[in-house]
Amino acid sequence: MTEKERTKMALTGNEAFAYAMKQINPDVVAAYPITPATEIVQIFAKYVSDGEVDTEFVAVESEHSAMSACIGASASGARVITGTSSQGLALMHEMLYIASALRLPIVLAEVNRALSAPINIHCDHSDTMGSRDAGWIQIYCENANEGYHTLIQAVRIAETVNLPVMATLDGFIISHEMEVVESLDTQEVREFIGKRKPLYSVLDVEKPIMVGPLDLTDYYFEHKRQQIEAMKKSKAVIKEVIEEYNTKFGFDFPVFIETYRMEDAEYAILAMSSAAGTMKEAVDIRRSIGEKVGLVRLKVFRPFPFELLTEVFKNVKAIGVMDRSDSVNSMGGPVFNEVRSSLYELETRPRIMNFVFGLGGRDFPMEDALHIIDRVKELKDGKKLDFVEYVGVRE
Amino acid sequence: MVEIRWHGRGGLGAKTAALLFGEAMMHSGMYIQAFPEYGPERRGAPVTAYNRIDDKPIRVHFAIQKPNAVCVLDATLLSTDAVREGCDESTVFIINSSFDPLAIKKKFDLPGKVYTVDASGISEEVLGRNLPNTPMLGALMKVVHLMDFETFIEAVEARLRIKYKPEVVEGNIKAIRRAYQEVKGL
Repeated sequence: MTEKERTKMALTGNEAFAYAMKQINPDVVAAYPITPATEIVQIFAKYVSDGEVDTEFVAVESEHSAMSACIGASASGARVITGTSSQGLALMHEMLYIASALRLPIVLAEVNRALSAPINIHCDHSDTMGSRDAGWIQIYCENANEGYHTLIQAVRIAETVNLPVMATLDGFIISHEMEVVESLDTQEVREFIGKRKPLYSVLDVEKPIMVGPLDLTDYYFEHKRQQIEAMKKSKAVIKEVIEEYNTKFGFDFPVFIETYRMEDAEYAILAMSSAAGTMKEAVDIRRSIGEKVGLVRLKVFRPFPFELLTEVFKNVKAIGVMDRSDSVNSMGGPVFNEVRSSLYELETRPRIMNFVFGLGGRDFPMEDALHIIDRVKELKDGKKLDFVEYVGVRE
Repeated sequence: MVEIRWHGRGGLGAKTAALLFGEAMMHSGMYIQAFPEYGPERRGAPVTAYNRIDDKPIRVHFAIQKPNAVCVLDATLLSTDAVREGCDESTVFIINSSFDPLAIKKKFDLPGKVYTVDASGISEEVLGRNLPNTPMLGALMKVVHLMDFETFIEAVEARLRIKYKPEVVEGNIKAIRRAYQEVKGL
């Protein structure tokens, strides 16, 4: 199967997400398709009005309503996708928890954009990091091609574990950039995702159920415990689905993390999304002058693959963790704190520091990538450095 | 890797030029990036767009700092620093102007080789409007030789057909061909 010549398309990240949605042909898309959302849903709405999909498109009055409509549709057994960004995701916040706790396999095509204030429509990860405890599987994609394929995989993952999945692309950097996407045939997509087989439907009068009733002290904790367990077990499913996809269609997408030149690395950088692409080039540049540096790209943030990180970092002396958001907690960003926590069980713990970069779409040029590597080298060599450094900011 | 920077003003089609160029390059088997720099969207405001072209997948994601070629869709932008940022003697400038390349190079003290083409003039004659982006593509193709010109024309034509009426597509193709022939400085 690996020999098949894939159709190459020149697509922006937004178009790649929308095209994947078209091939998926969901039953329902409910969305609020204006800024801060990108044009994903606008492009998809055109597919709907041109009759290229069978989707029931629900144009709602806010993102809160968008997610509410998605929840209702998904609870009835429909395959549901939506898209949003930034404030839109923030406005969905309350409903995100309901979607996951009701175990509804909704898929969200998310574009990472900064949160107000001040007003900003460019990339950072504040929006989805704000939803990190909402019980959604979160997959951060490096480029438009990975975003396209991940959205297709997300449908299978979500419907297998009965948890919602958000796939994200960096705002503007990827969402509005045209790149080469190697697409599947629509038939291949449809076969891979199959039909949704819901366990229950609120519309099934033969088998009536109650959705989201009062739970209070008697069973709430048990239901939450099951949700937590489902997220834990989703790891096996994510692995299975991505590996099956790779085998079937001849790709080599990483599952939870991607390692780059880590084999003999003495020190390492951890990055996510598009910055990891730039960082791969930076690693090559430093490798060419003999530096033993490697990169780990964290792709799946929820569930958090701490076992893999413990393993991959056990032999390095120093790590620089990059965050495109800050927890505003006086101890750095969310990725840093979770990676650092993952390493606690190691007998010999590497030195570790945090680099917060790129807030509000601040460019992340090669010199900043190289600067980060050089700082982590200093950390490895024993220099005392601040816990958190802010890269690319005027201060 | 070849890196191209486009300078225009809102409404002149710099972003569209970068997208059309990128997609056409993909059809010759190259890996591409095409992306605009987003600021406030206003007609007439300076707009920058970029292309990266390579024979292997492109991994970096940041604004182009040292372009190999700079395409200027509006010569009034030549007095701004943005146009010569990161440029040196090796940079190729392609300017929408009816003036002689050497005169432009001297007047604006551009560091690299300068080419000019009257893209606005061609556009007004052929399309009846000042839309210099497609003729600029023709001039760029003549200067950088990144793929076969006829294959390029086919790719651009196929893309334009999705959105525009046949006569508009035909006009744009004609403008590209004319600019390809009329670029000065070779």
